[in-house]
This record gives sequence, C-alpha cells and structure tokens, in this order.
Amino acid sequence: MKPFTTLTGIAAPLPKANVDTDQIIPARFLKTIQRTGLGRHLFANFRFREDGSENPDFVLNQEPYRKAEILVAFENFGCGSSREHAPWALLDFGIRCVIAPDFADIFHNNSFKNGILPVKLPREVCEKLMEDARMGGNARLSVDLERQVVVRPNGEEIPFEVDAFRRHCLLNGLDDIGQTLEHKDSIDSYETRQRASQPWLFA
Amino acid sequence: MAEARPRTLFDKIWDHHVVETLPDGTALLYIDRHLVHEVTSPQAFEGLRAAGRPVRRPDATVAVVDHNIATDATRRTGITDPESRLQVETLERNVVEFGVPYIPLLDARQGIVHVIGPELGLSLPGMTIVCGDSHTSTHGALGALAFGIGTSEVEHVLATQTLLQKPAKNMRVTVDGTLPLGCTAKDIVLAIIGKIGTAGGTGHVIEFAGEAIRALDMAGRMTICNMSIEAGARAGMVAPDETTFEYVRGKPHAPQGEALERAVAWWRSLPSDPGAVFDKEVTLRAEEILPMVSWGTSPEDVLPITGTVPDPSSFADEARQAQVKRMLDYMGLQAGQKLTDLKVDVVFIGSCTNSRIEDMRIAADIARGRKVADGVRAMVVPGSGLVKQQAEAEGLDQVFKEAGFEWREAGCSMCLGMNPDKLTPGQRCASTSNRNFEGRQGPGGRTHLLSPAMAAAAALAGHLADVREWQPR
Repeated sequence: MKPFTTLTGIAAPLPKANVDTDQIIPARFLKTIQRTGLGRHLFANFRFREDGSENPDFVLNQEPYRKAEILVAFENFGCGSSREHAPWALLDFGIRCVIAPDFADIFHNNSFKNGILPVKLPREVCEKLMEDARMGGNARLSVDLERQVVVRPNGEEIPFEVDAFRRHCLLNGLDDIGQTLEHKDSIDSYETRQRASQPWLFA
Repeated sequence: MAEARPRTLFDKIWDHHVVETLPDGTALLYIDRHLVHEVTSPQAFEGLRAAGRPVRRPDATVAVVDHNIATDATRRTGITDPESRLQVETLERNVVEFGVPYIPLLDARQGIVHVIGPELGLSLPGMTIVCGDSHTSTHGALGALAFGIGTSEVEHVLATQTLLQKPAKNMRVTVDGTLPLGCTAKDIVLAIIGKIGTAGGTGHVIEFAGEAIRALDMAGRMTICNMSIEAGARAGMVAPDETTFEYVRGKPHAPQGEALERAVAWWRSLPSDPGAVFDKEVTLRAEEILPMVSWGTSPEDVLPITGTVPDPSSFADEARQAQVKRMLDYMGLQAGQKLTDLKVDVVFIGSCTNSRIEDMRIAADIARGRKVADGVRAMVVPGSGLVKQQAEAEGLDQVFKEAGFEWREAGCSMCLGMNPDKLTPGQRCASTSNRNFEGRQGPGGRTHLLSPAMAAAAALAGHLADVREWQPR
C-alpha cells in the first residue's frame, strides 16, 4: 500500500448526500479479477451517456477536475454495497482523499485498506470546502495526515480526527495481514480453547 | 465480587470472539464462518498467492457462485458472458488451489450466499460470520454477529481467520404489537428505514426486538436483518429463541445430538441481559404499519401503498427539495400521483431479502388462480436450488407458471444488474430486493421496493397495488 502523508491537489465538488457504491461503480463493472483499471468506470452512469460519450455536465469530465485527487461530498458517502471496487475505482482515477460529513462504515474501512484517506468534517465545513473546490485549479486543498489538518487555499487550517491505528498504517503504508500474523500465538491458543469448548465449530 | 455489567446480545458474542485487544482498543476478532463468492474474492486469493500465504481454516470457509450467473436454462450449457465466465472459473481455480469447500453452479445446494448459509446450517447462533457482501447482515437473524466486509478484509480473514475491528455501538429497535393484515417482515423493515433513515444505524449494531419480531419465522427475521445495512447499521441481530433452535435442528451442517444440546445451552445464554444499556433505542407499533413501497432512489424514501408521490416543496430544507426533485425526475413520477396508479413493466420476486420458501408460499398464495396483467414481465427467482426443489414439491412452480410468472433458477438475478437479468432504461419494476439506487437493477431502471405479497399483487394488477385487495382466494 502506498503511504499517505500529505496530499496537495485539486478537489472536485460533488455536492450530494448518499453517494452510494452503485453510483461510484455500477455492478456491471465488477466482473473483474483485478484491482486496477477500474478508474475508467468511476461514476460511469454520471460520466457517460447511454451512447458511451462523455457527459460534459459531470464534474469529473470538466477541467481541471479530470486531474482531481480529492473529492468533497455530503452525508453518508459510500453507502450500499461492500464492494471494494468503489475505493479501487477512486484510487485508479487518482483520488486519494474523500472529504464528507460522514461515511458508511464498510466504505470507510475499505478506503483505509487502499491508501485512501476519508476525512470527516461537519457539514458547514464541507460546504466551505465545496466552495473552495468550485474554484478548481485556483484553489488547491492540502490534506496533511501527519498534522491532521486540511489546509484551505486561504491558509485556514481545519483539524480533523482520525483513528490512531489507521493513521499509523496509512502514514507507513502498512499491510494489516502482516501485522495480524504477529499475533499468531494468540490466534492459535484461542482456537485451541474453542476447539475444546465449542467443538461444533470445527466439524 | 462486583456484579457483572449487564450485556447485550452483541456484547456477548463480541466478547466471546476477542482474541486480543490491541493497545489502542482495536480488537482482533475471531471469525467462525467465512462465506465466499465469485465477485469479491478473486483479488483476495491473488493477494494470498502473491504473499505465499495459505488459507488458515478452509473448514470454516465455503465458496459459492451467485452474483453474476444466469438464472435461466443457459446456465446448464456454460456461461456465455466472457467476463462472468472468467470470474467463476477464477473462483473454481482458487478453491482447488487453496482447498476451500465449494458448491458448484449445477449443485442442488447452489444459491444466494445469504440463503444457503442458514439453510445448510453453515450459519449458526453465536457465530461471527463474514462475507464480502454487505447483506451478510442477513445471518444475524439466527442470533449471530454477521457483517459484510471488503476484499482486503476477505484476504485478511482467509489468511488469519480474524479481523481488526473496533466495537460497534448498541442500538435496539423494538416493534411491539401484532402486524395487521397484508403486512410482513418486509413492511416492518421498510417502515423502520423510513423512520430512522439510511444513516440511522451508522456505527451501530441493531438488535431487533419486541413482540412483532418474536412472532416472525426465521425467513421474516432474515428479511429484517438483511436490510439493516440499508439503515446504515454494521449488522442486525435477533436474539436466538425456540424458533431459532427449531430452525437449526436437522440442518446438514448444524451440530447434532449431544453437540446440539451443548450448543443450545450456550445459545440460550446469549439474549441481552435485563438492564443492558443500548446507546440508541427506537420503538415502533406493529399495528401502525401498512403495506409499504418505496417511491424514491434511497431505501428511506418509503410510503404506505395508500399514499401519493410527495411534493418536493413539502420538504423543509432546500437540499432535500432538490434531491427529491431529482429522484422524481429519475423515477418518472409527478408529485401527487397515487402510488396505486403507477403501472409496472417488470415484477421481480427474489434476492437475498425475499427468496426463501416462505416468501415463495406467500407470493404463490396471492397468485393462485389469477393471471399476470398484460404487458407485465413477472419473474420468480428462488434463492437456492433447495428452495426451488421444495417449492416444486409443493406445486408452487405450477401456481406461478399458470398465472404467467417465469419460474427461474437460483441466483442474485435482477437485484443488482450484473448478470443477464436487468431492467432496460425507463422500465418500472416492483421488486422484493433491497436497493432502489439509481441504476441498481440496470442503467435507467426504476425500482420500487416492496414485499413478496405486494409484488405478486402488482404483477396481477399491472400497477402497484394494495395487497389487502388481493388476498388469497
């Protein structure tokens, strides 16, 4: 996983609540056995018209947002399915940070596992950042995970909270599985106890 | 000794499965059952292969195909879509390489992962159950802690049989009283989501309690827990009771004899203690629930079938007004239209929410001796090969076919638009599935969520209909 330290880039405004994972990547694009290459299907139903041509009204089809690295949205971002294809599609498109008032749990989890930082900020702050994002290339946002601040184009610093363990993993690009396997002895002894007390789980 | 703190059903199962608590409070949680399907697993197995890691407990893992397969006769002659075929073949290679038990497409036990888990006794009370699918919450109906995970976590469970998790908060939704005529578990859960919203349960595990929940059979409880994710919850649960134990008894993978008695003794200790504290409580009266239907593109946008399409200007804040306006445009609706005036093109009875034998019986009772309205395509998709066999043994397939419904093979089908069963743009569908998101059942498709009874009534009427006017003859 690529470490996330500080990201300065163009933020795309997506002023919608309940952006679900079927919007982020429709199910018909889940028939892949790879993690990469999904960026072209990101928000497919908004980005492309029925005939396959680009919809010029959608933000990610406009300059400079084709190069957006941050997405600003409203409540309950990532609700719906558990598909990790949603963060994979965002990442493959180039987005490494989503800022919203809150996130659906599974999407929130999946983001961290892929080096994407979800930043939770109150609605009124998101509205200010939405205004910044609307200024495009003239108003880059900066997200500093080390200091846990979002820096607005006017220099204002907005602190955010993030789980300490997840922050540590993201800053260092750590693989969860490797860390968990360091606890192999605990897992082994839990299993031994369970095998004795609840043998039906080991049929 | 200080008296033990009263604990909830969730607390008890959680505590029992904590292998180790890390310094920051993150728990290493042991997973008893891991269900795997073709869509969210290929990249997980690929990760194991790249790192040279084995599957820690193949015996606790079961794989099945359900999402991208056809539900018509073509499944017997091979999968035609090359991408779907590759995904299924990849799973078949992976289960052989890693030694994971697999239920193949043409096996009678094949079906939707959330139908076959309980049906085969793979999902049991007190377990932790995960699957790379958000509707894993379904299995919580047994009194298990069951939740959906992403592919990275699928890989994590395959490699370690554990997950790194922070405890959820406790929420209880109590439904007291008795359900009125024409209402089922689906109406209860749609009413709950309508009340608390799609983020109402975020960060929480919901325990469903109360007289109306206790009175439900296991299929009904599964319908409710299935859609707890639509309320934003991490999981949904119902305390195990005699109904649960009776259901589990005799299932192929359930413990038998003395082992079952031992298991039941433990399961009886799981219901929430009196005085257990919930972070959030919601109460509904069953008598006040009416047959429900969704009108918008979020599962919280529901109304009783007696209602009319809402007027955007009737909502308080501007953002919501704009959102409702957009929904009505997408859904092809006008404010003030009666819901019962909405003509349907397609009726879909199926999905992990409503494709069990009990759902088939309810729909068949309404369809019996009647005909699907002209111009309506109505399909019934049993949740598993075993549900299909049982329905056929009861003659339900004949009831459906004589009424003009298609009777199909088991799978996810038209719930999610990633297999051949899809809506075309603009089609209006009465669907027993769980999500009415834009494009969920196919690009441009318009979904109205409702119960199997209401779906059957819509098929016969040709428009959304009040099932109370279509009672079994």
